[in-house]
Amino acid sequence: MTTPRSYLGQIQPGWWVLAAFLLVYPWFATNFFTYQIGGYTLILGMIALSLMVLAGYGGMVSLAQITVAGVAAYTLPIFGENSVGVLGLGWPEWVLYPFAILIAAVFSTLVGLISVRTEGIYTIMITLAIAVSFFFFARQNYALFNGFQGFSGVDAPSFWGIYWRDPMPFYYLCLACAAFFFCATVYGARSTFGLTLQAIRDNPRRMGALGYNVTAHRVYAFFLAGLIAGTAGVLLVLFNGRVSPGTIGVDIAIDILVIAVVGGLRHPIGPFLGALAFVLLENFAIDLIDRERFNTVIGMAFLLVVFFSPDGLIGLWQKAAAKMRRRDNHGAKPTVKSTGEETQADLA
Amino acid sequence: MKSRTDALTRLQSAGQYALELEAVSRHFGALVALADINVAVKAGERRAVLGSNGAGKTTLFNAITGDFPVTTGRVRFFGEDVTDLPVHDRIRRGLRRTYQISQLFENLSVIDNLYLACRGVSQNRFALRRPGPSDARRAMAQTLCELVHLQDVRDADVSTLSYGQQRQLEIGLALAGAPRFILFDEPAAGLSPTERVELIEILQALPSHIGYIIIEHDMDVALRVADTVTMMHNGRIFKEGTPEEIESDPEVQALYLGGGH
Repeated sequence: MTTPRSYLGQIQPGWWVLAAFLLVYPWFATNFFTYQIGGYTLILGMIALSLMVLAGYGGMVSLAQITVAGVAAYTLPIFGENSVGVLGLGWPEWVLYPFAILIAAVFSTLVGLISVRTEGIYTIMITLAIAVSFFFFARQNYALFNGFQGFSGVDAPSFWGIYWRDPMPFYYLCLACAAFFFCATVYGARSTFGLTLQAIRDNPRRMGALGYNVTAHRVYAFFLAGLIAGTAGVLLVLFNGRVSPGTIGVDIAIDILVIAVVGGLRHPIGPFLGALAFVLLENFAIDLIDRERFNTVIGMAFLLVVFFSPDGLIGLWQKAAAKMRRRDNHGAKPTVKSTGEETQADLA
Repeated sequence: MKSRTDALTRLQSAGQYALELEAVSRHFGALVALADINVAVKAGERRAVLGSNGAGKTTLFNAITGDFPVTTGRVRFFGEDVTDLPVHDRIRRGLRRTYQISQLFENLSVIDNLYLACRGVSQNRFALRRPGPSDARRAMAQTLCELVHLQDVRDADVSTLSYGQQRQLEIGLALAGAPRFILFDEPAAGLSPTERVELIEILQALPSHIGYIIIEHDMDVALRVADTVTMMHNGRIFKEGTPEEIESDPEVQALYLGGGH
């Protein structure tokens, strides 16, 4: 029988080390590193994870994931509280947060309904069109979205005697959400639905000929990805304390795509690696070059990774690990298994 | 009796036929791939479709499963009009098909391919839980795996299988669940003589209530696994009859078997 205990037994030691590191990280990191680097990386990682689920398992590249997060982010000041005097219905937090995530997931489902009948580049174009329209709509609509200015004064909750925007609690809040969705994705990839999604990516026509409603499965994937992006959106507005059209701009939509691709679409850890690289570059590239050259650096990093490793940072890591292993085994008896397979298994 | 134009006969026979095609045609622009096809296949009947390349055999399959919508005409499956149903709804009613070029999930294992086939025609297709070892569909996939002689490569990725094994898996996918009627699109193409014998064994071992149509170029295979033969030519049905009738028909010999036989 496959009990939870035996699942735990299958986890490679490296993951325990990573988990332990992430848990103790805020104890030695400065507030800046805990909040601006740690928290923000986990939030961006979750948005990119929602893209990884769609693109990596479903073969559907959506540029509207930041828009989905944005829907959740806007829901908080609209239905909760804000300081700009527009709307702010004052719903209690325990209703507001799940509601925001649900609204985002429903929005994501709609994006799915519109875009899943297309393939490849057309899915990208349609989701890009949705992202752009929502951006301009939010910027021009003052009654609901307060236009260009957006909303500020979105406060984080305080309970159990903790103010959740303090760096350490906020980091742990983000870590808990990210870890939950990461584990759910790893588990779900081998679930019945996970298998159907990957099979649809490989051969949608055959899935239809096996009795699957391919469209419904793709739309459901958008719903699940919406839950991830929506949760990240709630955390994003708590992180910034504000949300405006700039939060959901096309440049950010592209950033999310870059994060996911640079990190790697083959495994759910990829988006988080990509997010870490992105946040570090965003914060420290300025020490090396002008602020306005930041996008050049990001673009070059993107080109380099895609050029040298189509599987992103995961692929680089696997290549390095394979090389190390070959060196260790040099002179010793030759390994039977191919190194490629082994490194695959390490991540699985 | 082949003259089943009489409406009463049709009514009486409804339900008795696994598959009825009535004036089915399919056009691709100006090209007429299928023209006025009228076919009725009884439940449990095994029929071979012969014809040269471009005769419309695979297009016929695509029209039956709904891969391509028909341009005109109706398709009935066990008496029910399925012309407007999407592919997956026809499959859930017991129709199955294989493909001339294997359509498999290359990045998944053999057992996962078969599991997906079993799950596709049952409930809980959206389950977010992993199928446990006690899952009935897992057990069915395992049985299928043995049935199509793939037990040795059960956990191997499909991309690592030999061509013959992929063809066997292709058939395995079509046998999942409770098929009532199967369309085999050139299952023997590219197989070695030994593999052909295995294929014939698999087909002959199917329960007698499961009918099928098999497209096959190899006359020896076709005539051994079919009760009736339909000849197609240029998108039309050219001749129907028993294997003996077809083989001895001078027109068929002139057209299809050619001087080589």
